[in-house]
Amino acid sequence: MAQRTPEPRDAATALRRFGLGPKPGEIAKIAADPRGFLLSALISPALARIDDSPELGSSPKVFAELEEARVEQAFMKAFGQSGPPNTAQGAPQPGAQPVPPTTAGMKVASAATLAPPNMMAGGPPAPAMAPANAQPANAQPNPGQPLAKVRRDALREETFARFNRAVATDIPFLERLVYFWSNHFCVSITKGPVRALAGSFEREAIRPHILGRFADMLKAVEQHPAMLIYLDNQQSIGPNSPAGIGRDRGLNENLAREILELHTVGVDGGYTQADVTNFARIITGWTYGQGEMVTEADWGRFIFTPGRHEPGVFTVMGKRYPIPGRGAGEALLADLAVHPATARHIARKLARHFVSDNPPPALVAVLEKRFLDTHGDLAAVTRALVEAPESWDAKPAKIVPPFDYTVSLVRGFQLKWQPGELNRLANVLGQPLWQVPSPKGWPDDNDAWMGPSPVRERLRIAEMVGKQVPGNVDPRMVLADLAGPAVREETKVAVQRAETREQAFQLMIMSPDFLRR
Amino acid sequence: MRTKHISGCTEFQALNRRHLLAGTTSLALWSLLPKAAIAGTRDPRFLTIVLRGALDGLALAAPVGDPAYAGLRGKLAIPREGAGAGLPLNDFFVLNSAMPYLHGLYQKREAAIFHAVSTPYRGRSHFDGQDVLESGLPGVTPSESGWLNRALGGMANAGRAEEHKGLAMGAVVPLVMRGPAPVLSWTPKANGLVLQEQTIQRLMDLYAHTDAGLAKAFAEGLEIDRVGAASAQGMAAAPAPKPAAPPPAGPVNQLAAAPAPTPAPAAAQAAPAAPPPARPFRDLIETAETAARFMTAPGGPRVGAVSFDGWDTHANEGVITGQLANKFAGLDAAIKAFADGMGPAWKDTVVLIVTEFGRTARTNGTEGTDHGTATVALMLGGAVKGGRVIADWPGLTEANLYEARDLKPTQDLRAISKGILRDHLGIPDGALASLVFPDSANVKGVQGLLV
Repeated sequence: MAQRTPEPRDAATALRRFGLGPKPGEIAKIAADPRGFLLSALISPALARIDDSPELGSSPKVFAELEEARVEQAFMKAFGQSGPPNTAQGAPQPGAQPVPPTTAGMKVASAATLAPPNMMAGGPPAPAMAPANAQPANAQPNPGQPLAKVRRDALREETFARFNRAVATDIPFLERLVYFWSNHFCVSITKGPVRALAGSFEREAIRPHILGRFADMLKAVEQHPAMLIYLDNQQSIGPNSPAGIGRDRGLNENLAREILELHTVGVDGGYTQADVTNFARIITGWTYGQGEMVTEADWGRFIFTPGRHEPGVFTVMGKRYPIPGRGAGEALLADLAVHPATARHIARKLARHFVSDNPPPALVAVLEKRFLDTHGDLAAVTRALVEAPESWDAKPAKIVPPFDYTVSLVRGFQLKWQPGELNRLANVLGQPLWQVPSPKGWPDDNDAWMGPSPVRERLRIAEMVGKQVPGNVDPRMVLADLAGPAVREETKVAVQRAETREQAFQLMIMSPDFLRR
Repeated sequence: MRTKHISGCTEFQALNRRHLLAGTTSLALWSLLPKAAIAGTRDPRFLTIVLRGALDGLALAAPVGDPAYAGLRGKLAIPREGAGAGLPLNDFFVLNSAMPYLHGLYQKREAAIFHAVSTPYRGRSHFDGQDVLESGLPGVTPSESGWLNRALGGMANAGRAEEHKGLAMGAVVPLVMRGPAPVLSWTPKANGLVLQEQTIQRLMDLYAHTDAGLAKAFAEGLEIDRVGAASAQGMAAAPAPKPAAPPPAGPVNQLAAAPAPTPAPAAAQAAPAAPPPARPFRDLIETAETAARFMTAPGGPRVGAVSFDGWDTHANEGVITGQLANKFAGLDAAIKAFADGMGPAWKDTVVLIVTEFGRTARTNGTEGTDHGTATVALMLGGAVKGGRVIADWPGLTEANLYEARDLKPTQDLRAISKGILRDHLGIPDGALASLVFPDSANVKGVQGLLV
């Protein structure tokens, strides 16, 4: 396609619309070829990964820790710790050697250790752990208990890692793609063990695939324990399966429905209630390993349990899937991944997320066609997004959502804010990390983020920034640097005429040049 | 604007749909409609609570008198007697025992329960279902405004100096309250800094010249501070605030924008704020209390919307003890907090509690229920003619279920909403059938819902 000569505002577009806000000097650095800057991100997909580390456990490792904590907690309960469990009195005496109970099918692992005393002392919860909404439906264990500690620690480390990457990265476009897909395939930390798994889910099922095949991401997501838990499939049992016959447990259609409605073909994708039910039947037995029923090697990994699988051949959206075992569900996912309705659904969502609440139809059409032509090659689809003139011509209109907004302040003003504080601010503005309001994820329209209270709260945050920029920094220089040559004249004037430096920074941060992209 | 062409209801509907899609201009249409004459002294209040996720109506008000009920529900059935027995409503229905306060209101005839209710939506997507519930449109059509916001424009002003504003609780304004009429939104997680008047003025100037959307949102945000501060002052007349002590987390001090600038949270160094004391249903209660505070403030909003999430009970539903029972207890606590907060104004109050659709009549394989159709709606308040379960009961035998799986809808939720808006807020029938709930002329507002 024909190269377009960069216009003055293109660099800001690359770093704001497709990034997380410029760092000092960055706009000038990429001004010669903003498009090339974005395209260069596409050749290094591996840089989107965040690897396991001592702090960031894989899902199997987190499960092993959860399992250990579960046993530990069962010990504490069995020995009549009737006092509040999060006080020192509630802790087992370190010297005491309790006799392991043998009832209730509790696994008595020799590895299960009693909580060291300092664990029970329970420091204050990390700031990142904003108090969860009163959600008794998915109540978290009492803080201070071992299970809660595993969940809290895992979430804190994953939260920190995500903010740290966002603040530091020199390839912010990759992060934006991660956030888009992570929201498309969202899970919520308010659902039991997902609290401990939301981060590893994103690192394992999303990050490796953002520039790969959509089909691969879809399979990785739907077979990940976090998604199986979030949308209840781990409990779904075929009514005519060995595990289902004669028992009053059976089908749960939640995951099947949301895969169709949200993850692939979309609500207008042409499926019926019968398709949903048949889909749910096909993926009975899709669960993950935990507890003593499986070997430790399977803990926290997808497993297929034939004993729960509904026998028979079922039709979904006009096609029969006469494949035994897990294969039918995988074949169905593979078909959905390249379905024309999926291409349309994804194209619309991408254009809406990056460009406009009402994206240009031509842009949507280009993305849809590229998706279809390449059978869902996301690198090709993303390239089409960057190359489309509409992606650059649209006026900056989208409100920067809370997570990206707080990150952009730290990047632009080189603030020393810690991830816990950043997460608290995102929370104040209505977007706590991995705590989506529903399986549909965060809303992606301006109305959602333009409520009067959140806009006012942004000014409070701007005041905090204004107080923290060092006293020798000239706001006019900062504005030229961070907004680039296409800054609005009105913004420039407001900053120039500000009464104080502090006020200049507040006005700058609250200007449309910074709030919209 | 082609408003001058409007003369009758039929044309109204045709024009009106375009307005809804276009978004922002339908407020102007109100000027063409007759305002209801409302007696000068009444000051009606209306709150709607949207329960997102599809509330299981058969678990809230259980038809224990239906012979098919216990069999369909299995372990999720509420017994008439014994452990977990429902609270009696009449010979046929019992109320979930997790809602004793609601039961008290029912006995005082301040609560009514509608059963086998649904919106016109017949699919099973939460999101489409919520859109229909909140937009007030007859089907799944994109809308930028909700029925409650559009109703605001039709309220009689009854001696008020300003036009009516809506109140939305939460950082995100729910669709039911979005639209042309001004809305205050309040979020419980505000931090305590005081904004500089100077900076505000300059920012307003900047927005006035560059960005109408930000100008509007920002002006409304400031208005909230003012109303909040004023009402908090009114409340805290007796004990003077003590700026030195760290204030307890709570709506009063959240709203008090004026006193004692909190030390700027120089975020880099700031120690993490101490976690608020654990209190069951803290967020729900705080939201309900604060809504009441706004709605009782002189000159404050009289019409509000709240939404509570988490009603999607696919697995281990816990009707009698467990997940859903806890949700009911939380809702019960929020209702109590709101009623207490309204004080003497409760007698002029109607609360309407709604959800997007119901759940399967049958328990599913994981002791939960999947997406269904008809469900309950609740109406409470001192202005309500309560103590009744209002239902044209469809029955639960296989043949009577909708698509052989769901409670069959026999009342249109819009008929209930229209009855309340007409008799309580004085919105004329013609407007209800066109502007507020477009294309609903054949759905008559229910008569006699209020005392």
